Amino acid sequence: MDGGATLPRLLLRNAQRFGHRKAAMREKDRGIWQTYSWADSLTQIKAFALGLAALGFQRGDKLALIGDNRPRLYWALTAAQCLGGIPVPLYQDAIAREIQFVLDHSDASMVIAEDQEQVDKILELQDSLPKLTYIIYDNPKGLRNYRHSMLRSFSQVQELGQQFERDHPGYFEAQVEVGSEEDIALICYTSGTTGSPKGVMLSHRNLIATANNLLMVDRYVEDDEIMAYLPMAWVGDTVLSVVMAQVTGLCVNCPERPETAQQDMKEIGPTVLIAPPRIWESMLSQVQVMIDDSTFLKRKLYHLFSPIAQKVAALRMKKEALPWHLRALYHLGNLFVYAPIRDRLGLRRIRYAYTGGAALGPETFLFFRGLGVNLKQVYGQTEIASICCMHRDDDVKLETVGTPVPQTDIAITESGEIISRNPGIFKGYYKNPQATAEVVKDGWLYSGDAGLIDEDGHLVFFDRSKDMAQLNDGTRFAPTYIENKLKFSPYIREAVVIGQDRPHVAAMINIDFEVVGKWAEKRGIPYTSYTDLSRKREVYDLIYKEVERVNSGLPAATRLQKYVLLHKELDPDDEEMTRTRKVRRRYITEKYADIIEAFYEEKPEVTVKTVITYQDGRQAEIEYTLPIRTVEGVEAVQV
Amino acid sequence: MGVLTIERVGRSFGGIRALDDVSLEVTAGEILAIIGPNGAGKTTLINAISGRYHPDRGRILLEDLDITFLPPYKIARRGIARTFQNVALFKGMTVLDNLMLGRHVHMKSRTWRCGLYWGLAQKEEIAHRQVVEDIIDFLEIEPIRKRLVGELPLGLQKRVELGRALAVQPRVLLLDEPMAGMNLEEKEDMARFILDVNEELRTTVLLIEHDMGVVMDLSDRIVVLDLGRKIAEGTPSEVRSNPDVIKAYLGEESAAGWAAKG
Repeated sequence: MDGGATLPRLLLRNAQRFGHRKAAMREKDRGIWQTYSWADSLTQIKAFALGLAALGFQRGDKLALIGDNRPRLYWALTAAQCLGGIPVPLYQDAIAREIQFVLDHSDASMVIAEDQEQVDKILELQDSLPKLTYIIYDNPKGLRNYRHSMLRSFSQVQELGQQFERDHPGYFEAQVEVGSEEDIALICYTSGTTGSPKGVMLSHRNLIATANNLLMVDRYVEDDEIMAYLPMAWVGDTVLSVVMAQVTGLCVNCPERPETAQQDMKEIGPTVLIAPPRIWESMLSQVQVMIDDSTFLKRKLYHLFSPIAQKVAALRMKKEALPWHLRALYHLGNLFVYAPIRDRLGLRRIRYAYTGGAALGPETFLFFRGLGVNLKQVYGQTEIASICCMHRDDDVKLETVGTPVPQTDIAITESGEIISRNPGIFKGYYKNPQATAEVVKDGWLYSGDAGLIDEDGHLVFFDRSKDMAQLNDGTRFAPTYIENKLKFSPYIREAVVIGQDRPHVAAMINIDFEVVGKWAEKRGIPYTSYTDLSRKREVYDLIYKEVERVNSGLPAATRLQKYVLLHKELDPDDEEMTRTRKVRRRYITEKYADIIEAFYEEKPEVTVKTVITYQDGRQAEIEYTLPIRTVEGVEAVQV
Repeated sequence: MGVLTIERVGRSFGGIRALDDVSLEVTAGEILAIIGPNGAGKTTLINAISGRYHPDRGRILLEDLDITFLPPYKIARRGIARTFQNVALFKGMTVLDNLMLGRHVHMKSRTWRCGLYWGLAQKEEIAHRQVVEDIIDFLEIEPIRKRLVGELPLGLQKRVELGRALAVQPRVLLLDEPMAGMNLEEKEDMARFILDVNEELRTTVLLIEHDMGVVMDLSDRIVVLDLGRKIAEGTPSEVRSNPDVIKAYLGEESAAGWAAKG
């Protein structure tokens, strides 16, 4: 092979090696898992690729993708690559303005949209997208009466492809043949906690090298099963569901609907799972709620064995020998508690589980390790094709994100910034060499994250550098650390901790509507909406206990003194979070400046005006009064 | 062409004339709304069509077939399905089972063979399950497939009930207040589904609804009943400006004022 390994060549290899013998992809449809072998995948991809060619798709053209994880979207992604084109996946919940930016900036000539909802979003924007020639859709439901010259269905495009094959035999293979490993294989727009999104260009070599490096740490095999349920626009999904699948031949499972992902996961029993902290946190809440709702005996058993699990996990992490009685108890616990819970969560067959993207609270991490899930922290950026640092099976430390993967160097600059270098480093931001030059210097990728390397060579990730905070007396603290402690509570969904240049630390908290709602119902506390529930005195009392718990584990100077329960959930549509659900701290401190001022002016309550953006882009202004709760006794302990 | 023809239908309960000489023709493929104040006879009309009561006078034709005195299950088998004002699902059964029940009128296997789940019965069950799965996909209720109906919020129960009616694969779908008790979002969803049913499955829809916004937006034609009589019929804009309709809804005096205000 002249051009080196490319994803399309790996596809041809897999189709040849596995043929119809092995599943490449499964999708739950009509209640049944439909299986596509590697040979099926090739047939589908080839027909679609040639259809694109028939519609005029050229080497270097961009195909945007928007929708949930569907086999057809993955096929389209690979099809574009087969023609030397570049797929640009978008977040499926992106609003019109964001879609417009990415489609326009990436010069996308065609877009594949999952369903009517996505097609509608794009049709509305078509006047501002002169470069767009075709909109291709996967699910035809509701589109029957759309008469639009740009619209094509997935199967129509494949039919065109079959015709094209008859007229141009060998075209597909020739296109795959001319591809080079240095070609751009993917542009991922990073949601960015600041500024407009930037298009990260990754080559075939970047992606395949990253996959191979990861494989030297964790040995995936062709029989591994993964769930494709995270946004396709997130580089982690592409690396696992596309690159890893092509490299190893493992099977990718698409859930029936995003809401059924958990149930579907239980049916599949994936062996490899990557999830952002928010999903681990929500699984933990689910367990806590499940236990609360269960029978007396089960509750007792859980509370008996749960601490043992954590103790064992902590000892194992320290690589200390387990005393025989703990080992015996752990086996018993596994029989009665851990294994059933693993099964309930769909983690029964897990060989490798990862958390990444943001920091996961140590309590949550320990909980899953204790359950017997091989959960590891990973660290990386889109710019380095996902992961550059991770825990090893026998070398997991609670407060670190592990050690560098093979072929990777990691260092800390004098200012405490994490920098890294390996073959996965991206080819630059699309049409933005200036921004590229700011983050890549002398072959090192500057992450903008603060961290250090500990005595065992593990990387410790603090926070985004700019997110580290300092009280006005000079005490440094990591807001994320406190936030994660708060989020360990099943009642708290999200928290934003503030205190930069202030005398003390305070928090704005989002309650977990479902869990707190259920709690309120059980106690006969009436409420109408999220806002109403958030303002209830009883709910404030409930959260008070949680805040006290968090405070007990914090140094006196950084204990929370005040908190407010926000009247609305932080939402990416309001730009308060990124599409990967990371809090945009700077934006929030501006937006909720009134609340923050009120914290430090010792007011008992605060009135906030808020502009709400609806899904369709409309805006409305509403006013709320929020009580501010002071935590007693914190000042007294202060040194 | 009229898929459903109602000819001079009347029905009394004791001294009350719930329906009095009502005639109307439902065109194939349309969404026809029946509106009217409380006690106008809307539900009685739907009950008469679906065979729950039989009319005292007049007749009802499904295409050329007289269905006036057929029992409900036979009418269902001919292609008329309905939903109820107060959800009438089996609350202790799963969503899937409720929908499968909608297929019951089309099942041919008898008790013994079904009980053994053998041969034809098994094949039949699988075929019916496919129809039901298509409906589950259509109504986007995959996440609640195995949930008990009683645990679901009203909005979803109504959607499931629509699903059960669709499982009959009806030519004419009768919806008795499909949006009652729903919040705005649920109403929007339901409106979307009714339109989809009409467009994608080409099902004729006859619906009773109180939410005028919904009625005006959804329906191709509207029939207005008052005290058991038909007082108006036409497109939404025609009906909206009809003085008799305004009178029926607002009373004689206000109607005069209303008309004066324009």
